[in-house]
Amino acid sequence: MLFPILTCIVFLPLAGGLIILFTPKKNIGLIKTIATAVTAIDLILSIILLINFNYTGSSMQFEENLSWIPSVNIFYHLGIDGISIGLIFLTTLLSFLACVGSYSIGIRQKEYFFLYLLLATGMLGTFVALDLVLFYVFWEIVLVPMYFLIGIWGGPRKEYAAIKFFIYTLAGSIFMLLGILAFYFTSTPHTFSILELGKTTGALTMPIQILIFIAFYLGFAVKVPVFPFHTWLPDAHVEAPTPISVLLAGVLLKMGGYGFFRISFPLLKEAAHYFVLPFAILGMINIVYGAVVAMAQVDFKKMVAYSSVSHMGFVMLGLASMTTTGFNGALLQMFNHGIITGAMFFLVGVVYDRAHTRDLNKFGGLGVKMPVYAGMLTVFSLASLGLPGLSGFVSEFMSLLGSYAAFKIITIVSVLGIVITAGYFLYMLQRVLMGPLNEKLAGINDINKRELFTLIPLMAIAILIGVYPLAALKFQMAAIEQLIQKLGGMIF
Amino acid sequence: MSLVESIRFIMPEIILLVGAIVILVFSLFVSKKNVLGVFALFAIAAASLYLPQGHKTEPGLFFNMLTNDSFSLFFKEICLFITGIVILVSIGYEELKEKYIGEYLFLLLNGTIAMLLAVSSNNLLMIYLSIEMLSLISYILTAFLKNNILSSEAALKYFLFGALSTGIMLYGISLTYGLFGTTDLGIISKAVSAGQINSLVSLILLVLIFAGFCFKCSLVPFHMWAPDVYEGAPTAVTAFISVGPKAVGFAVLLRIFTNNFFPLYISWVNLAMLISIFTMTIGNVIAITQTNIKRMLAYSSIAQAGYILIGFVVGTAAGIEGVLYYILAYTLMNLGAFGCVILVSNFIKSDAIEDYAGLYKKDPVTSFMLSIFLLSLVGVPPLAGFWGKFLVFNAAIQSKFILLAVTGVINSIVAAYYYMRIIKCMYLEEPKVKDTGPKSVPLQIALAIVLAGVLIAGLYIAPFLNWIKASQSFF
Repeated sequence: MLFPILTCIVFLPLAGGLIILFTPKKNIGLIKTIATAVTAIDLILSIILLINFNYTGSSMQFEENLSWIPSVNIFYHLGIDGISIGLIFLTTLLSFLACVGSYSIGIRQKEYFFLYLLLATGMLGTFVALDLVLFYVFWEIVLVPMYFLIGIWGGPRKEYAAIKFFIYTLAGSIFMLLGILAFYFTSTPHTFSILELGKTTGALTMPIQILIFIAFYLGFAVKVPVFPFHTWLPDAHVEAPTPISVLLAGVLLKMGGYGFFRISFPLLKEAAHYFVLPFAILGMINIVYGAVVAMAQVDFKKMVAYSSVSHMGFVMLGLASMTTTGFNGALLQMFNHGIITGAMFFLVGVVYDRAHTRDLNKFGGLGVKMPVYAGMLTVFSLASLGLPGLSGFVSEFMSLLGSYAAFKIITIVSVLGIVITAGYFLYMLQRVLMGPLNEKLAGINDINKRELFTLIPLMAIAILIGVYPLAALKFQMAAIEQLIQKLGGMIF
Repeated sequence: MSLVESIRFIMPEIILLVGAIVILVFSLFVSKKNVLGVFALFAIAAASLYLPQGHKTEPGLFFNMLTNDSFSLFFKEICLFITGIVILVSIGYEELKEKYIGEYLFLLLNGTIAMLLAVSSNNLLMIYLSIEMLSLISYILTAFLKNNILSSEAALKYFLFGALSTGIMLYGISLTYGLFGTTDLGIISKAVSAGQINSLVSLILLVLIFAGFCFKCSLVPFHMWAPDVYEGAPTAVTAFISVGPKAVGFAVLLRIFTNNFFPLYISWVNLAMLISIFTMTIGNVIAITQTNIKRMLAYSSIAQAGYILIGFVVGTAAGIEGVLYYILAYTLMNLGAFGCVILVSNFIKSDAIEDYAGLYKKDPVTSFMLSIFLLSLVGVPPLAGFWGKFLVFNAAIQSKFILLAVTGVINSIVAAYYYMRIIKCMYLEEPKVKDTGPKSVPLQIALAIVLAGVLIAGLYIAPFLNWIKASQSFF
């Protein structure tokens, strides 16, 4: 392909960010326009990508491969397949919507939008990089803007949350760096290419595979986050401003899951099989533990944050199944979670902006005052708790179906998590929307057009995938099938 | 090669010496900082133009006292670069009174001569002399603010520690002379290769010589001088001390140990590994609690030396390349960090980290630059510091020094905390800073150069690696 579309998608936000750096600080309107335009063009480019994507093939598409550092065989190698395309679309979509959602940021807008666009470049680069070092570079680039975005524009405990996020993720990822180096020296010829390493599997002895797997696991598990590395997440979510929470839940958590799909499983087959049971157990813990803790929250945002922990458990469970159904479910769950939880964080933001509190016990009766908001909140809560006909159900069902074949008891316990999830979401709806109206909130306004604009596309996608799952699944099925074949898992 | 023919290989040193003397004389008539500074820069530029070209190795200069190879050329280029930046920084340093700038530049240029000689020495005695010359000049520079009590105290500490450790090193050299009957590294190297030396004696003399370099490179347990000296010395001098003598120390360490004593590798590798692990860990852990930015950067530079030592411990071609690249990256980011500290201290008149609160509002450009340098020290890609770590960890894993690599990695996490603390202070806290004064132009030029260096050496690293590959002629 002559036109380097992936490079454009990845670096367009950064280019926009650099333009913003040279825009006068006072001209906030222009800064917002640039940021919105850049993310909108990025979204359009990713839709072009979706249209031109050949979903029957399982090989890499739109590849770009240039030498970067020849003396250590590091390449600027980009490409996408069925595993990454959905996440790229998700990232560009949420980046655009959250950018519109960022209009309400009140201070230091110039820095905000610069860091925001830098973050977008890092996230997109992670999903398209096919060279381990390039992957690592993008992965780490995400850290710095995120630190500032939480630390400057966050809530009361922002400094603590920001440094906790930074140290946790850095700690995880730097072990990943050791794993990357270990890959390089155990491969012949020495290479950092994910595709080359995938071809020559089986050359590594089991102990080395397990060591490398653990090194990568530390990096990915912190991001997912998998119990017990999840404690940064509630802090970061609660303190982060709304649009950043959306990206954090919608995209950053997916980077970890994506790492399992792209690196840990295909490159370390035997180790992956070895770790299937721990994966399943950790997935179960995430689902049940996350749900139980979410139930106990009185902070609206913290509740949604713990629901993320719970939902990401299905990704672990699906991965552990080693079946096409489970894998498809896990990958789709990442996409769906991005859409639904992204929307949930928007919705929390909407009510927080008006009521200036997130305490679930201080709401009540908002259904009367904010009918449109109530409708939206209900739809996304139902999608999140897995109501058939909405997208969350499809992927959770597939993950469970896949894992039931392999781990019966673990799956049965995990299903309990869904019941608890239904419990806390309905309890939340009851406390926010129903009951007598809290007098203090009598003057509250319904959701405005801009906020509605950020939610409608997400709702459309949640309903579309719920009714016609193939719309999303067709992009990923071929790639998943090839992956499962390589892993020697079950195809059903 | 005859004495006269040898002279063209020390042209840079001669130019610097002439320049230094001219500055000293002229400073009697002109005392404008800028004029003398620009003249010193011209001397540096002229010296770098006259660096012996070509990558051909020329042994046997001045009766085998000096050598000229691509390795020494690499370090000569770095040393001249360091002095150039330090001169720019010093012109912009307000505490340095114009009255004394002549003497200051004279000493700085002489220090550069010592560095150039040290990296090309091929004889233990020559190495000792040039390093001692560099040390003496460093002591005087440290005490340059003679009315400042901290500055004098720092110099005294520096001198006492230095005297002790060079004494130890000299003892090692005398043992070497006793064992081999010569101080010529070429002859010693042949004898070592022939393998007829008592391993216990060789271990003792290696440890003694190593101790001297531990002092120069601020490695544990000879690191104690660093925090006091860094804090007390004029900041421009601190910038110089934190990179110049350190680069020279590592250069000579590599030349003696890796190039000439390599057959004895087994006897020093474990010791060096322990020193590396302790240096990283102690430097990073103590840095966490520091409240003065210069002290913090002192501990940080101790820790950074520990990372650099990883490459030396590994001892392979990849390890040496890692050391060279790391020194390059370290030079850039440390000079940058100290340059920013000077710029800030010029108007807040303080080096306390808490006084950096809200700096972004008063001086966004400096805050941004300091953040980049600190992030590079953390090792965030794609900045130069990341590739330094990448290359040394790479070498460590290749040679199966897993413990070393893991310690390095854990240390990088610890380090992230205290570097981020300054960034946090600048961006996340509310301003206490008074208005900024006029900013020195030469200082800003220096910062722009090192910032560009940190970015370019990070993003377009390939040519730098080629340069380094050509520069290490050992393997």
